[in-house]
Amino acid sequence: MNGAEALVKALKMEGVDVIFGISGGAALPIYDALAAPDLGITHILVRHEQAAAHMAEGYAKTSGKVGVCLATSGPGATNLVTGIADAILDSVPIVAITGQVPTTSIGTDAFQESDIMGITMPIVKHSYQARHPNEVARMVREAFHLARTGRPGPVLIDMPRDVSQGEVTAFDFPQEVKIRGYHPEINPDLSSVAEAVALIDQAKKPVLYAGGGVVATDAHEELRALAEKADIPVTTTLMGRGAIDDAHPLALNMLGMHGTAYANWAVRDADLLIAVGVRFDDRVTGNLAKFAKNAKIIHVEIDPAEVHKNRIADVAIHADAKLALQQLHDRCAPQKHEEWRRQIAMWKEEQPLFYEKSDKLKPQFIMEEIATLTDGQAILATDVGQHQMWAAQFYPFRRPRQWLTSGGLGTMGYGLPAALGAKYAQPEQDVWLVTGDGSFQMNLQELATSRIYNLPVRIALFNNGSLGMVRQWQTLFYEERYSGIDLKTVPNFAKLAEAYDCVGITVTTPEEVRPALEKAMDVTDRTVLIDFQHDPDEHVYPMIPSGQSVEEMRLQPGKRSL
Amino acid sequence: MAETSQHTISVMVENRPGVLARVSGLFARRGFNIASLAVSATEDPTVSRMTVVVTGDNRELEQITKQLNKLIDVISIFDHTEDNLVEREIALIKVHATLVNRSEIMQLTTVFNAEIVNITPAEETMIIEITGDQNRVDAFLETLAKFEILEMVRTGKIALVRGAKMT
Repeated sequence: MNGAEALVKALKMEGVDVIFGISGGAALPIYDALAAPDLGITHILVRHEQAAAHMAEGYAKTSGKVGVCLATSGPGATNLVTGIADAILDSVPIVAITGQVPTTSIGTDAFQESDIMGITMPIVKHSYQARHPNEVARMVREAFHLARTGRPGPVLIDMPRDVSQGEVTAFDFPQEVKIRGYHPEINPDLSSVAEAVALIDQAKKPVLYAGGGVVATDAHEELRALAEKADIPVTTTLMGRGAIDDAHPLALNMLGMHGTAYANWAVRDADLLIAVGVRFDDRVTGNLAKFAKNAKIIHVEIDPAEVHKNRIADVAIHADAKLALQQLHDRCAPQKHEEWRRQIAMWKEEQPLFYEKSDKLKPQFIMEEIATLTDGQAILATDVGQHQMWAAQFYPFRRPRQWLTSGGLGTMGYGLPAALGAKYAQPEQDVWLVTGDGSFQMNLQELATSRIYNLPVRIALFNNGSLGMVRQWQTLFYEERYSGIDLKTVPNFAKLAEAYDCVGITVTTPEEVRPALEKAMDVTDRTVLIDFQHDPDEHVYPMIPSGQSVEEMRLQPGKRSL
Repeated sequence: MAETSQHTISVMVENRPGVLARVSGLFARRGFNIASLAVSATEDPTVSRMTVVVTGDNRELEQITKQLNKLIDVISIFDHTEDNLVEREIALIKVHATLVNRSEIMQLTTVFNAEIVNITPAEETMIIEITGDQNRVDAFLETLAKFEILEMVRTGKIALVRGAKMT
């Protein structure tokens, strides 16, 4: 057995069933090991390594397992970088494997050499460069352990070619992982829990602020139980969409820059904010000094470095969100906050999410139609920009792991590969991609992967002929001096889809929306792309301008039709 | 605003290639100010000790400690703010020592318990070594400032806690 075979054997022992990647010189021994008959690991050959990393993310987020991507040295490895950076910011468990030039050539600027260890150092949870074939299996074991435990994140394994080819004399795959510098605390400290419960029991206007940590720990049941018992309204971050069923009477949709007015007002007036699996990101808080300034803060967070980082917490619980929520639920007193809920209901009545109905094709209308036809049950991937916010706002999420979006890094080009990774993980589920004409063109080559590997997804492309979110900012904050945002009307996206042997549909009017969606839902054997050429002047509202507070929130203009 | 001050921390890390890069990279990208950094072997060959002097308020120090703790290769961290330490730095100072000022330099060296480690009379240079805590080294350098200092090199601080307490 050589180092590459040890790598593949260890991956198999970790339960890996799929690897997304592209080969190349330094990765040849690994690909040779993957060619072994009856291996039980599928290799999905993508068209660009960045997509391999996002597919691994989509797979990981929907399945709860660790996603794996593989690239060769040099450009293959550097192409993974955006996906790795995406995974660290959104805490997605992936293992990225890169080929490397032989150890004897490292540092010589050899062909296709790049210092991927150095390049990725700030964006990995940890990284390994194998120096001997005997240590490869242990590195795989540790990498998976690190990726999935504590605060999840990406781990890199760099495999020099001579290590891949070298003989393994001892296959060391430890049963138990022992890393002396790594001891994530998952059990809540009961004295902190008691302090938190005291605050919860006294609160008159509490709000739960739930994020990606609730989704990652599958803590949605515990969240709902606590919310119901102590009668606490729940708002979610962008990453936390699906942490609570949007149809639940206590659900307030999203907070923050493009959150609902009623969620932001509730946080403004709250006397207690219970932050769970969140990091007080600037897109949520705006001006930190004015964020939830009337509220005491309980911060439940697995990563101690996030506690007190942006906002000092009155009570910090360093723990797994699920275990902490369980404890809070078990110990808090049943409550009724009828007045508080009535107030929020009035805000919701006064300022719901809405848009002005017209005979123009409105993007929000498209989202509503998708929501209706899929009954809120689809797995929804997005790219980044206006369409992403409309999807987050207007799709009625039912459950966690339904929602794939690039939150922290804001990676345009994330959506299509993430959707395909999700489709691989959940082939029975209806997977949709909501994308924009700008984002889609950053990884559209993966239509080929979708077709060849029979990973059919349904693509709603929100086409406004521009980089819409940038255009919105230029409209609102740069006196309509449009600069570098005009994408024009090239390409013809429907024809593009057809070129990849997928189905392409073009929609320009509201009347065409329903039939096009119905047609798309009838196609089950290949990807369908619907090019929705919608009103380019539509903006995402509400909007709290960057760095400002809820007081400066701009509301949706125009008339609500009832 | 919280008070900004100097803190000495000991960071015990895995003795592996690339660990210094991980630690120094972390300081750089998080914008932490390092006054000095000394890396050394320890009594355990698998462990290296980094003695870091950082400037910041308590909240920054908390972030530094927590972010360092997130590095998998960091085994443990000790903040010495409250500790009674033995601290040492070493400086080597190359002075232009002429026939006229040489004896004065030698006198001052004796006063500070420093040591002349090299004299090259033909080229009129002298290298003096001083070992001590930061204040002592600073004071000596200040005293020598009136002479022509040709070159100077100074180590980062190393420190151990007095008594039985281990770091």
